[in-house]
Amino acid sequence: MTSNIVEIDNLSFGYKGRLLHKGINMAFPRGKVVAIMGGSGSGKTTLLRLIGGQIKPAQGKVRVDGKVVHEQDRDGIYQLRRKMGMLFQHGALFTDLSTFDNVAFPMRELTDLPESMIRDLVLMKLNAVGLRGAHMLMPTELSGGMARRVALARAIALDPCIVMYDEPFAGLDPISMGVICGLIRSLNDALGATSIIVSHDVKETFIIADYVYFVADGVVAAEGTPHDLMQSTLPFVHQFVHGEKDGPVPFHYPAGNYQSELLNQQL
Amino acid sequence: MIKSNLIISIAHFLRGIGHRMISRVWRLGAGTRLFLLTIMYSGESFRRFHLTLREIYFTGVMSLLIIIVSAFFVGMVLALQGYNTLQKYGSSEAIGVLVALSLVRELGPVVTALLFAGRAGTAITAEIGLMKTTEQLSAMEMMAVNPIARVVAPRFWAGVISMPILAALFSMVGVLGGYLVAVPLIGVDSGAFWSQMQANVDVRADIVNGVIKSVVFAVACTMIALFEGFDAPPTAEGVSHATTRTVVISSLTVLGLDFVLTSFMMVV
Ligand SMILES: Nc1ncnc2c1ncn2[C@@H]1O[C@H](COP(=O)(O)OP(=O)(O)OP(=O)(O)O)[C@@H](O)[C@H]1O
Ligand SMILES: [Mg+2]
Repeated sequence: MTSNIVEIDNLSFGYKGRLLHKGINMAFPRGKVVAIMGGSGSGKTTLLRLIGGQIKPAQGKVRVDGKVVHEQDRDGIYQLRRKMGMLFQHGALFTDLSTFDNVAFPMRELTDLPESMIRDLVLMKLNAVGLRGAHMLMPTELSGGMARRVALARAIALDPCIVMYDEPFAGLDPISMGVICGLIRSLNDALGATSIIVSHDVKETFIIADYVYFVADGVVAAEGTPHDLMQSTLPFVHQFVHGEKDGPVPFHYPAGNYQSELLNQQL
Repeated sequence: MIKSNLIISIAHFLRGIGHRMISRVWRLGAGTRLFLLTIMYSGESFRRFHLTLREIYFTGVMSLLIIIVSAFFVGMVLALQGYNTLQKYGSSEAIGVLVALSLVRELGPVVTALLFAGRAGTAITAEIGLMKTTEQLSAMEMMAVNPIARVVAPRFWAGVISMPILAALFSMVGVLGGYLVAVPLIGVDSGAFWSQMQANVDVRADIVNGVIKSVVFAVACTMIALFEGFDAPPTAEGVSHATTRTVVISSLTVLGLDFVLTSFMMVV
């Protein structure tokens, strides 16, 4: 058994012919918090979906716990997914279930725990994200940030050994941000889980991550510990870490010439 | 120049037809695949019957009102129209048979299926389409919970269980409506109304055939609604189109199947 619970090996993937990932290599050691950073649209969410086996790579492999994800049959993939928890970028709460039932959902579906124990576990998870008092509310009655915290509680409901967080800090106020930050770190350390964080927030991510990958143009443009990256003189990393507009990372999706498009009034 | 334009537009037209044909056939195949998977993953709908029960409430119980009210009016109109014709031949007591046979053999199953497609089918499509749009189905997949077993199958069995019951109810309420018009209003003899009905409605040829129809319609309508929702593009527009398609396709399918089933039942 290797020390890496997730390994991405020369991975390529594209939607409709446009190649999004062009040979990505990453390793996620057990018990560590690893962050994936990159511009909007650089394929971070897609990378998580590849790890979860929802889409198949065009080339290369993703290994989870030593098994190649896209070579598994349906049962094999479900077996792997039982080890994972995922916080979706937009929460993806079940709108026909209350907050309580949302968090209880994975427990009821995947375990035979008695209802009284499920109740205690759910309240503990909700308490950890500060929403025990909101357990009877429906998802439509929650604010955006609250919904994401409920989704987080649901992602960690079964104490998975791999937790994937897609933008855990988006839409949170500074106080919740600090709490969630601490929660991710302490969950990781207490359970020995591995966390994969996708984020734009350099400051928070650098505080909790052990290792950071930057993706740009479909490849890993830089990697290292937060400390190393802060010192990095690579123009790309410097631009991202300091949030500068001008630099090698384009802010725009590939497009034609702006002026001529405006003048010709046609697309 | 004009000639080549013409050729291009003809080519476009032909390509359009081909494209539509292929996509229809593709959807038929995908729908059949979903149907088979639904049957395959149905175990949970029965092992955890409360999941199915909940959907029976939403599809069946919530359709009760529209079914009962429609059945009542349909029965009353049948009696009025039937009396109009029958009395010309001096056989107005046969009105009970006419109402009952029309309902049990045709109108009960067919009108119930059409109303069901409009009331419950659209709700199913919109709900599943929205679950897909908001990544709820993806989230379920990622939790190692099969959406076909957890979401599709209970709704399927709820539809298949509810619709024959609704159709039976439709026929009963329709007969009651017909009775109210024929006997108290028009003055047909009550004894003749019921006894003729009893003598001429056959269990095997009429009632069982009616039930068979409504089971077939239930499978078709529910499956179409589920497939359209499952297959909807994950956008607001996609879901709204899918909902419309559910009504159109279900209605046409029900009417077409009705003809096919009726002809088989006449022959056998
Ligand atoms: N289902 C899809 N079909 C086609 N293209 C897609 C699909 N999903 C994503 N894309 C494209 O893939 C690219 C990467 O998407 P992805 O969601 O992985 O980005 P991201 O890095 O998570 O961005 P963000 O930080 O904004 O969430 C985008 O350019 C998007 O247009
Ligand atoms: Mg994303």
